[in-house]
Amino acid sequence: MSFINYSSREINCKIVYYGPGLCGKTTNLQHIYNKTNPDVKGKMISLATETERTLFFDFLPLALGEIRGFKTRFHLYTVPGQVFYDASRKLILKGVDGVVFVADSQIERMEANVESLDNLKVNLLEQGYELEKIPYVVQYNKRDLPNAAPLEEMKRLLNATNVPEFEACATTGKGVFETLKAVAKGVLSDLKKMGS
Amino acid sequence: MLESQLVMREDDFTRIQTVIERLTRDANAKGIYIVDKAGQLIAEAGEMQGIDSTSLASLTAGCIAATGGLAKIVGEEEFPIHFHQGQRDNLHITLVGERMILVVVFDERSSLGLVRLRVKKAGAELARIFEDVKKKSEADAAASGSPFAEITDDDIDNLFSD
Repeated sequence: MSFINYSSREINCKIVYYGPGLCGKTTNLQHIYNKTNPDVKGKMISLATETERTLFFDFLPLALGEIRGFKTRFHLYTVPGQVFYDASRKLILKGVDGVVFVADSQIERMEANVESLDNLKVNLLEQGYELEKIPYVVQYNKRDLPNAAPLEEMKRLLNATNVPEFEACATTGKGVFETLKAVAKGVLSDLKKMGS
Repeated sequence: MLESQLVMREDDFTRIQTVIERLTRDANAKGIYIVDKAGQLIAEAGEMQGIDSTSLASLTAGCIAATGGLAKIVGEEEFPIHFHQGQRDNLHITLVGERMILVVVFDERSSLGLVRLRVKKAGAELARIFEDVKKKSEADAAASGSPFAEITDDDIDNLFSD
């Protein structure tokens, strides 16, 4: 649910990074945080365990610039990927405007990817959203690893609807901003459609 | 479209601001924040200007969502009032209407009783305003009054030009 404030002339949107445990959702946000100017970003919050696994969510507010005199602000969230945190994942999807699915390219994580994508669809439906109807992009992360699955295989399993997709290596930053831009564009295009 | 978009007109924003500024005085509060359940900061008042209100909003929504989940587990619809007591400052958090959260920060200059009393009245007033805002948002959507219909693909591309 985007929030448009005429008084402060701002558009606020919420983007959620979803995916299985250890796929690199937090690393995506950390890279964005490290590479953006201090004047466009707020503080990054990570509610993590002592072993740096996301416990509840990570949060990063970003200001992208102005569009028709309105400041566009994106609030980026990650969900905890581990299977048993499902209750928390549902909560974070509340009011979402766009979703990035971060897939782990390692061949042995393929089942976890598929399970997480199914879980995303179920949890979105519970909130009354359909994945097919919201701005959504897929990121194939960890492409640099030797045990990465063939791209074709990943596409077949994880991107049946052919949404924008990106190869990435979040630790080096490859593909991170491309993914963010694609989902942000999707959200803004949706806003445009809503008004037409 | 997803859950209905929230569009805040200037006059409604002023009405909200008037209520929370009055509440700041009446409850002797340090700061007041209105946050929506998705974590967006809607309005703020008080002497705490300069604190990280964006993070405050996101964490408040997370907190409300988590306790809402807890409520369902024990068979409650939700827990509409939360109170966090600190060494110096305290937080009083209440749900307003269907999707807003009212956060009051106060210290020893006020008391929980006073805050509760004042929040009750202001909360009801805010709930009415948000009901109006919701109706207007829906009417706008139906009448296609959004200014963003005119956004072009170029406008969107320009945001990412660098």
